[in-house]
Amino acid sequence: MNCDNVLEIKRLNISFMTDKKKINAINNVAFKIKKGEILGLVGESGSGKSITSLSILGLLPSPPAVIEESEILFHDLDLIQASEQQMQKIRGNRISMIFQEPMTSLNPLYTVGNQLLESVQKHQSLSKSEANDICIHTLKSVGLARAEAIMNEYPHQLSGGMRQRVMIAMAMVCQPEILIADEPTTALDVTIQSQILKLMKELNEKTGTSVLFITHDLGVVAEICHRVIVMYGGRIVEEGSVLDVFKNPQHPYTRGLLKSVPDIRNKQDKLYAIPGSVPKPGSIQKGCYFAPRCEFAKDICFENEPEFVQLTEDGHRSRCFLNENVGGATKNDK
Amino acid sequence: MTNKNLLQISNLSKSFESSKGFFRKVKNEVKAVDGVSFEVKQGETLGIVGESGCGKSTTGRLIMRLIEGGKGKINFEGQDVQSLSTKDLRKLRRDIQMIFQDPYASLNPRHTVEKIIEEPLIVHKIGTKEERRKRVAEVMDVVGLSPYHLKRYPHQFSGGQRQRIGIARALVTNPKLIIADEPVSALDVSIQAQVLNLLKDIQVEFGLTYLFIAHDLGVVRHISDRVAVMYLGRIVEIAEVEELFENPKHPYTKALLSSVPVPDPTFEKQEIVLTGEIPSPSNPPSGCTFHTRCNSCMDICKAEKPVLQQIQSGHQVACHLF
Repeated sequence: MNCDNVLEIKRLNISFMTDKKKINAINNVAFKIKKGEILGLVGESGSGKSITSLSILGLLPSPPAVIEESEILFHDLDLIQASEQQMQKIRGNRISMIFQEPMTSLNPLYTVGNQLLESVQKHQSLSKSEANDICIHTLKSVGLARAEAIMNEYPHQLSGGMRQRVMIAMAMVCQPEILIADEPTTALDVTIQSQILKLMKELNEKTGTSVLFITHDLGVVAEICHRVIVMYGGRIVEEGSVLDVFKNPQHPYTRGLLKSVPDIRNKQDKLYAIPGSVPKPGSIQKGCYFAPRCEFAKDICFENEPEFVQLTEDGHRSRCFLNENVGGATKNDK
Repeated sequence: MTNKNLLQISNLSKSFESSKGFFRKVKNEVKAVDGVSFEVKQGETLGIVGESGCGKSTTGRLIMRLIEGGKGKINFEGQDVQSLSTKDLRKLRRDIQMIFQDPYASLNPRHTVEKIIEEPLIVHKIGTKEERRKRVAEVMDVVGLSPYHLKRYPHQFSGGQRQRIGIARALVTNPKLIIADEPVSALDVSIQAQVLNLLKDIQVEFGLTYLFIAHDLGVVRHISDRVAVMYLGRIVEIAEVEELFENPKHPYTKALLSSVPVPDPTFEKQEIVLTGEIPSPSNPPSGCTFHTRCNSCMDICKAEKPVLQQIQSGHQVACHLF
């Protein structure tokens, strides 16, 4: 894997307007996706992981969403400032997306072939038969052996796993540089999930497409991702290689999350549970967002927000006052 | 845990009919549950796992007769559930309570928490108004909700708190058996752990017996004493929890266990990736329903249905290999 960044979110701040006030949902999120890597974005519901991914493709409805002081660099183009025309050339072509529920993201009234052809013909000037060949080739590459027949079938004729394969084929058909996958296996059964994960890994190795993999399942992250970002309350709390974050988690939230997953390999008597529940967006005004649920919280945690501190040279970072005393750590102002 | 059976199911089947075609003449039969037998001992937790469409939820609902028309025998504490009159069925439902998957859909949005939890007591005509109030306050305390929550409505609670309300409602009639149908699958990991711990605590405190239906194998391993694995309406394997996870016999159980992602990047697992999709229950494969995806399929598997048989004490498998 070389270290070129294909996408750099320099900073991202998103709020939502309600009748009464503006509620902050994403606070100063910044990260990079390297070429050819699978980057995991994990967090519980309401942590802002889906909003982050939607904002990359400019898919957030505005209003109510307000994106301020943000910069998302795709090569040299700022996707926040980009015109709708520019975005249309990127969406589905250079950056594509897979959603959680394959039934609702495929159009039930069109055949699979119709929907695949649309994206190829929109972005590439090809004859109909050339486009058709590309579609059939892509369907075969995602493991659908009866590709020719499936081209003429409707989504309801396919099973959940096959639909998700069609979605992946649709996303990959233009050979994008980045694939954003928002909980692509959450709606699937485990035996089907393992097929899809294997497929995504193979595609990533074969085509070099970078993947932003959004999920709440830590097991899936350990299985497929190279690097991982942990989000909580619209902020990144920890970032690092999968090995660093899972073997040596630094933020109390990451530690708690890892401990609260029931392990299939052995039986624990009592599970560790993080007390309390995820705070409502905008309910915490100052201090560390995790402080009210944190067992290590000190007075300072309720007053000031900790900085995102770099802990190791290969980019293991954590946002916690506990980490700021770590010897030799370089403070990084992001 | 005693050795007394609280619930005994033998040869339970249920098929749903759908009709299509001109004048809806073509009858299509879906065998949701096909000859399921197991027993639940007093005080234990029996986990039922399986993928979508395997009939695990239908089994739970048949036991409570929320779905009618099941064939076979359901015996709860010596009474034959299938032949109970409506009046006796009501009494039975006092002893068997249910916790549902979706805490958003299973609570009436127009009722206060107090009313939701009190309702089973009113339905079963238990206690005076005063006594009911007291009982509601008691179970609220048990599940970790505060008295000031009583006058609130479900939408004012988070998912985890709503599931606590669902648990309180199930507990209020002092049941013997609780059927929990995917009680934590809609919750976040950190909240899921809280609810699982709560379920374990109240089991010890009130001597409850659980039938725990789930698709998450980690959760099932954590909470169950024994586990039954279902595939397309049939039980393929049933054993003590440690035995099943450490020494699985059925090829489907092995594949299922190996495909669960483990949150440990250094863990090297022996993954068995199953080929193919889950067949449709309306047109199940002949013989062993798993033979289309099985790695060790033999000729006999395509022709003959394997029966569930004991291979060790307490370990039953339905497979021609054994």
